[in-house]
Amino acid sequence: MSRRSGSPVPAPLLVPAALAVAFLLLPLAGLLVRAPWSSLGEQLAAPGVGAALRLSLVSSTLATLVSLVLGVPMAWVLARARIRGRSLLRALVTVPLVLPPVVGGVALFLVFGRQGIVGSWLDDAFGVTIPFTTSAVVLAQTFVAMPFLVISVEGALRAADARFEDVAATLGADRWTTFRRVTLPMVAPGVAAGAVLCWARALGEFGATITFAGNFPGTTQTMPLAVYLALQRDPEAAVVLSLVLLGVSLATLLLLRDNWLGRAAS
Amino acid sequence: MSLTARVAVRRGSLALDVDIEVADGEVLAVLGPNGAGKSTLLRVLAGLLPADTGRVVVGGEVWDGEGALLPPHRRPLGMVFQDALLFPHLSVADNVAFGLRTRGAGRAAARAAAAGWLARVGLEGLGGRRPAELSGGQAQRAALARALVGDPALLLLDEPLSALDARTRLTVRAELRRHLAEFAGSTVLVTHDPVDAMALADRVVVIEEGRVVQAGTPAEISRRPRTDYVARLVGLSLLPGTGAGRSVRLDGGGEVTVAEEVAGAVFAAVRPESVALYLARPEGSPRNVWPLRLAGAVPHGTTVRCELEGAVPLVADVTAAAFAELGLVPGAQVWAAVKASEVAVYAR
Repeated sequence: MSRRSGSPVPAPLLVPAALAVAFLLLPLAGLLVRAPWSSLGEQLAAPGVGAALRLSLVSSTLATLVSLVLGVPMAWVLARARIRGRSLLRALVTVPLVLPPVVGGVALFLVFGRQGIVGSWLDDAFGVTIPFTTSAVVLAQTFVAMPFLVISVEGALRAADARFEDVAATLGADRWTTFRRVTLPMVAPGVAAGAVLCWARALGEFGATITFAGNFPGTTQTMPLAVYLALQRDPEAAVVLSLVLLGVSLATLLLLRDNWLGRAAS
Repeated sequence: MSLTARVAVRRGSLALDVDIEVADGEVLAVLGPNGAGKSTLLRVLAGLLPADTGRVVVGGEVWDGEGALLPPHRRPLGMVFQDALLFPHLSVADNVAFGLRTRGAGRAAARAAAAGWLARVGLEGLGGRRPAELSGGQAQRAALARALVGDPALLLLDEPLSALDARTRLTVRAELRRHLAEFAGSTVLVTHDPVDAMALADRVVVIEEGRVVQAGTPAEISRRPRTDYVARLVGLSLLPGTGAGRSVRLDGGGEVTVAEEVAGAVFAAVRPESVALYLARPEGSPRNVWPLRLAGAVPHGTTVRCELEGAVPLVADVTAAAFAELGLVPGAQVWAAVKASEVAVYAR
């Protein structure tokens, strides 16, 4: 199989590579083998499954929208704005990429919790409390997933030819018009790829969610939380829920792949 | 709509400081080697780069200077870049209509105007295509239409032909000449190709290292170059010296006999085709004869261009047959002869 694409694979590389493939694929195969295919429909129809799935889809979509609205402008600032300390800013805002999500959850709690800096003000001024609500789920997912979008969009902006923005300026377009009508359409594939990555990360979010939003069926229990809980009492249900998430992930991957191919072709 | 500009800007090792004036309907070519500051000048005129000090006035309106700085999108100008730079996500027609839309024209009006301009530049019916589907020449024509569609006061052309292949360049240059003749505003054309400057411009300024070293009509520039760079561009050997009677003592050490009385600091200029080469010292008529050394030779059209070193550095064009007959190799000693009447001489 390597003959077609060029050089033969040296044995010292072949063995670990094969092991890696097996290691990554075996668990997924296990999931498929152990799935209770006969009672699948029944399991999926169980109460709670639909609610968890719906909550997951809705919250990660909302988190992606929030990330788009805030993250695309931030990516623009990181890629284009002439401001001091830009690289430091980039390092800081991408911290959630490497931060253990549970730490993110604790941090969010300290800020948006009822005793937190922002949380206490929200409570006093509007009587709004965030922790352990669906809003908290969206906030936790946004915190963890937005950096994926920012990194992706910033990369696309850096790769885009900034001279087109000069052209737009000479054609009477102010900075905002240029952004809307030239910059954004040109980096659209990068934005789409970033949004899909962001959405997938939000969908899988566990640590920050359970810490900051808790685990209440119907309001904060997303699919990953439901899987974890199901594993304690009904492993078969956990397998079914996992299958659903696996399906969604594969669909995402396909979507991304098409997107990347589309960009390569253009 | 005339342009008056004095621009001083320092960028890295470049210190640009130039004055230019362009009348209505006039085309000024800014000619110079890479890194001379030509594109920087255009960017300042467009407002894409702020000048350190300076003043840009177009049609009596101050674009830059006196504390005012009009941002680029508020300047009524059109600019054509070397690589066309059509927006890849828009159709060709939408590219051309872009400037009208940003300046408030309605969709239908902008479409109609764009279609009209596409027809004018010979791209009728191609408006629905994507820029990637156009050839280089077509893309550059579309870029010209996009720059001119808004009827700008100032047209800036940044090396508009240099990305095109030789054959396309010829046709696009001829078309560009026609459009420039019809254009009522001022045009500044930046190029490093003397042919573009000679073919398209009413006047030429030559910039070297951020300074104007020569200004004049294309004919003046090509007849009487004032720097080695210009002389080489127009294919002349430039020999600075001091005139005394019918002779010019060169700064480099040699001496050139000329056909008229001269005095003071002068340039003597020799065309490559008026230099004849011999293996032995030629006898007879009163002409300039110098022993020189062949430094290099390259084919140049149907002739061979020979670079000669010595007291009087010259460039000579000889036919390929003559070159072969002489059996010249780099380093060979030759005699170069030029009639006194073939030497142009003018004050420095």
